[in-house]
Amino acid sequence: MTELEFDFLRSYLKTRSGLALSAEKRYLIESRLGPVCRRFNLAGLGALVTALKGSRDLALERAVVEAMTTNETFFFRDRTPFDLFRDVLLPEAMARRATQRRLRIWCAAASTGQEPYSLAMMLQDAAARLAGWHVDLVATDLSTEVLEKAKAGLYSHFEVQRGLPVQSLIKHFEQTGEQWRISASLRQMVDYRPLNLLHPFDALGTFDIIYCRNVLIYFDAPTKGDVLARLSASLAPDGALLLGAAETVIGLTEKLVPNAQHRGLYVQAPAAARAPAVRVLPGLPATDPGLRRVVGL
Amino acid sequence: MKTCLIVDDSAVIRKVARRIFETMNFKVGEAEDGEKALTACGETMPDAILLDWNMPTMDGYDFLRALRKAPGGEKPKVLFCTTENDVGAIARALHAGADEYIMKPFDRDIVTAKLAQVGFHGEADAA
Repeated sequence: MTELEFDFLRSYLKTRSGLALSAEKRYLIESRLGPVCRRFNLAGLGALVTALKGSRDLALERAVVEAMTTNETFFFRDRTPFDLFRDVLLPEAMARRATQRRLRIWCAAASTGQEPYSLAMMLQDAAARLAGWHVDLVATDLSTEVLEKAKAGLYSHFEVQRGLPVQSLIKHFEQTGEQWRISASLRQMVDYRPLNLLHPFDALGTFDIIYCRNVLIYFDAPTKGDVLARLSASLAPDGALLLGAAETVIGLTEKLVPNAQHRGLYVQAPAAARAPAVRVLPGLPATDPGLRRVVGL
Repeated sequence: MKTCLIVDDSAVIRKVARRIFETMNFKVGEAEDGEKALTACGETMPDAILLDWNMPTMDGYDFLRALRKAPGGEKPKVLFCTTENDVGAIARALHAGADEYIMKPFDRDIVTAKLAQVGFHGEADAA
């Protein structure tokens, strides 16, 4: 691969999926796109670049973008964000939405489904308390290929043994040959949709809880800032945003702030949260540091 | 230091498992069947037990039932580790007192994840 070809692919991926590749990530392009070249009968990366420049072959474009995404995930990944959901976010959101009895949750980088299904299992465990509620669980990913796997809900022996307690395995899965299929009731709870976070997503509506974990790390700073600002716009004033352990909002957007108590949890910055805060406690100035605690996060 | 007893009639499995547990700072003991494992537990009760199902003399299931009745035998976290991987076998093992269940073949990630499941969180808090 020549420098020019490498530069073209870097900028191509940056535009299409936001992926920011540094100069030393040459090997990643070579190892991931080699198989795409073979699949499309292209002699090598040079031929691939020529093909991408030459005409709009949507199948090829999609294959290139999807081959470069990282889909590693597992059930209850990092555990804490899910304990937080069960013990804090869900009960508090239910208290705040007790009148509407409606909750909207979004997994913004759902990959092969382990994250939305982990949340779905916890929602099902809370089914008694959620009787009469309407819960939307929307799960999106850039890659249609991983979404197909997510919808099928079929996981290997290895996938079901990473992060998933065995009690949950026998409760929520059934064995089909060498694989395990998640129950139909859990599959029906998740609304899977293809979505590129670089494109507008306001049509999805407003969410009470957004999980957007381990995807921003692949973007450069301006892209991170743009996605975070739009996530803030899609988040309810009293909503909760969960990011991955290596991600933050600091220095990227003024619209969100870290929650002091829970790592990885972000809430609307005081100005954005002003309206409901004033409604809860009219006496408090919007900038009061105790405000977020009062609001419930 | 945390201690672990690896109970399996296959020397290869014991060796592979020993390596994984040692990198997680466990002091590792081995037993090749349920009877020897029960004797070992009578001397020193380990913190964790990785337990095969099918073994000569005394199998893992009978060992587990005997262990849970023995003095101090409720303490170890028991991870079944077996090729018996149908739902019925898993349910029986849990009923007999297993804390977690590993279906063979396993790798380091699975063992680490399952140990975290029962409260052992890797190298970070091992010192």
